[in-house]
Amino acid sequence: MNEIQNISRRAFIKNMGLASGGLILACNYTLFSQDTESGNVTEFNPNLFVQLNSDGSLIIIASRSEMGNGVRTSLTSVVADEMEADWNRVSVKQATGDAKYGDQNTDGSRSVADFYDTMRTMGAMARMMLITAAAKKWQVPESECKAQNHFIVHSSGKKLGYGELVDLVKTLPVPTTISYKNPKDFKYIGKTLKSIDVKDFANGSAIYGIDKRLPNMKVVAIARCPVTFGTVKSFDKTAAMKIRGVIDVIEIPRIEKPFGPLGGVAVIASNTWAAFKGKEALEIQWNYGKNEGYDSEKYMVELTERVHKAGKTEKAIGDVNKAFSEAAKVIESTFQLPHLAHAPMEVPNAVAWVQGDTCEVWAPTQSPQSAREEVSNYLGTALDKVTINVTFLGGGFGRKSKPDYIVEAAMISKAINAPVQVVWSREDDIKHGYYHTVSSQYMKASLDEQGNVTGWLHRSAFPSIMSTFKPGTDYPAGWEASSAADVPFAIKNFKVESGQAPAMVRIGWMRSVINILHGFSINVFADELAHAAKQDPLEFRLKLIGDDRIEDTKDPIKYNTARLKNVLKMATKNANWGKQLPKGHAHGIAVHYSFYSYVASVVELSMVDDKVKIHNVHTVIDCGIAVNKDTIKSQMEGAAIFGMSLAYYGKITAKDGAIEQNSYSDYRMIRMNEIPKVHVEIVESSERPTGVGEPGVPVIAPAIINAIFKLTGKRYYNLPLSDYDLV
Amino acid sequence: MTTLLINKKKYTIDVDPEMPLLWAIRDTIGLTGTKFGCGIGACGACKVLVDNVAAYSCLTPVSTVVGKNITTIEGTTENLQLLQKSWEEFNVPQCGYCQPGQLITATSLLNSNKNPSDNDIDDAMSGNICRCGTYQRIKSAIKHTVELKKQR
Repeated sequence: MNEIQNISRRAFIKNMGLASGGLILACNYTLFSQDTESGNVTEFNPNLFVQLNSDGSLIIIASRSEMGNGVRTSLTSVVADEMEADWNRVSVKQATGDAKYGDQNTDGSRSVADFYDTMRTMGAMARMMLITAAAKKWQVPESECKAQNHFIVHSSGKKLGYGELVDLVKTLPVPTTISYKNPKDFKYIGKTLKSIDVKDFANGSAIYGIDKRLPNMKVVAIARCPVTFGTVKSFDKTAAMKIRGVIDVIEIPRIEKPFGPLGGVAVIASNTWAAFKGKEALEIQWNYGKNEGYDSEKYMVELTERVHKAGKTEKAIGDVNKAFSEAAKVIESTFQLPHLAHAPMEVPNAVAWVQGDTCEVWAPTQSPQSAREEVSNYLGTALDKVTINVTFLGGGFGRKSKPDYIVEAAMISKAINAPVQVVWSREDDIKHGYYHTVSSQYMKASLDEQGNVTGWLHRSAFPSIMSTFKPGTDYPAGWEASSAADVPFAIKNFKVESGQAPAMVRIGWMRSVINILHGFSINVFADELAHAAKQDPLEFRLKLIGDDRIEDTKDPIKYNTARLKNVLKMATKNANWGKQLPKGHAHGIAVHYSFYSYVASVVELSMVDDKVKIHNVHTVIDCGIAVNKDTIKSQMEGAAIFGMSLAYYGKITAKDGAIEQNSYSDYRMIRMNEIPKVHVEIVESSERPTGVGEPGVPVIAPAIINAIFKLTGKRYYNLPLSDYDLV
Repeated sequence: MTTLLINKKKYTIDVDPEMPLLWAIRDTIGLTGTKFGCGIGACGACKVLVDNVAAYSCLTPVSTVVGKNITTIEGTTENLQLLQKSWEEFNVPQCGYCQPGQLITATSLLNSNKNPSDNDIDDAMSGNICRCGTYQRIKSAIKHTVELKKQR
């Protein structure tokens, strides 16, 4: 259970970034109620905070990072709604990294999913306590009072503002039984709210990590070995030191930890340009180390050889070989997808100031707690000596949950005894990332005379994210394999296998993670089977998913095939699937379940001068209760563009161990002249809220491939499309 | 010493004349609304107006803009302010980081073209990357601003 307490008069609140004097509710938050302590809790450990001040202002602490996900608005609105608060009186304060807030790692599309109930409860409690306080003041029964837009109103018509009740309400115990608002009375939840930060974004006053300034702050650029985990042999700083503004050049070591800096040569300067120029002027000899031989083209050939042989069994139902031998038709395909880089608009950067045994950091981070832990470990100082201030993030997409760049700043601040800002160049970002994995996949399926799928074999080989955490890992983790294994197809003979794949660069999670590759292959292959069976891809897919049922995925949230089919039906209906399209246009579909949400997209495209032109994307998402419809809509719009970027241009390659791409010039993104109209519908639902930030991505690339096939009769199995000169 | 006129205010700074305007604005003068994205003119996050026309400040040495009228996102020109209102109206930004560059580019477009077509908007805006993918809303917000201006 989540335990919520009134901590208004507790001493520690002054350490939590909130001024004392108001009503403060804190919550002991437990994810999925999994780690229940046995019985007596002697120390109250608050995580989430709501503060109501006597002037009526309401401050809600955002413990999750804002990176375009809209979380500072959505979770805040949940509290405000249940509390019957006036949205104009609400402000948000960003939490520093601290275990007291519960899990702060803003990844996995779970901020709203995990914190919705708790935030609602906090708001409801505050509302109930305000009613109790007003009833006491007026000496009337509570039943005659109700909360209404920042006031408690009595049936006689008299009313008291929330601020006027603070002195009394903060002496009250929190209610033990909670009465929630009827969802039909929601004012903010399920509606459309603008970002609470929209003005600051539009006028340039929003402060990102890269905008942080401290007096006497030095700016640092770091030259890192072109080959992952290579080290410095020797360097000559003479030319760099001649550049105006360059103060010093020092070598920094590699820290052999998952989020440890790569090490290299750091140029310390008075401004960013001098630091960048100084870095270019360095002459460095490297020890390239064991990854020097990494050639991603050859590696793809090896991966593909592996998936063309039997691998490690991840899941097996029935007998696929028997199904294949008895089939009317057998289809086989191989899919190859390259590494990808996150490339958020704001490069990795961090400000750190080490003074004595303390360190204060300002950084765009998705994971302030792991940043705190890594910095504290590096400095050998206690956790509470390290403060991580979370700025706005100029995009994250998973890159900024790895705090290597923050440790770099702490390392150099300590070394030169001054506040420093480490700024990566775009080239650093593209060449030294935690890449989305590279993969080869082999799929084989059998059809009977009626075109029913009787056997399904899916074999993948890709370096696991776990290789970053446990060097030497060369098979996927269970959760990575499960995105292929948990496909809810009604097929009697079903097998998923993995091939061996050692990592030659740092592998990390990127927006929608493993679903990028599995969502691609499964959706393209299912479409291929539909055409082989001479059936409509929509009808075929609905049949493949089969009856309405709950799949046992061993997750706390269950996989409902009816909801999967529903989004597909809705998206195809919205796109006029099967109806007459403009001449030379064709539709492609894809549907995928990830982060507990169901998403289908229909892509409509044509070929103009032998190049793909996407006109419309119709996306439908079922993410349970839609907390902020406009955020969900914008996430789906953005996911379509993110998916198009990876489908069109996304390819990171390595030669002699070094990443070949440099910047947005050769690691391209979709631009304004290429965009389709993205139409989004959100399923009305009273199910618990589930993921939004990521699940819109995996469907886009396969829907494009399927539409190209429909139009041209040619099936593409590999990405990006720029390799085929199609974009 | 170099004197720059930014948002109608004079700043006298002591920097290498070759320093890109971006870094003079951000690091020396301390206006941080103008963003670094790539440093090679490939993303547009750094755009500012130089005599009312959008320029990649990451590629513009300070020596070349002395005596010119520079406007950043912190500026207050009419078209910029109208566009900012539309940006709010359409809730355009996601992470927000590229939006100063997008707004400056859109301002430059409206400064030279009172009635841009869809193609004009595409042409003008295609030097700016938004990794969050807010293009559709950017386009809507620009068109809305054009309509508002026509009605005035």
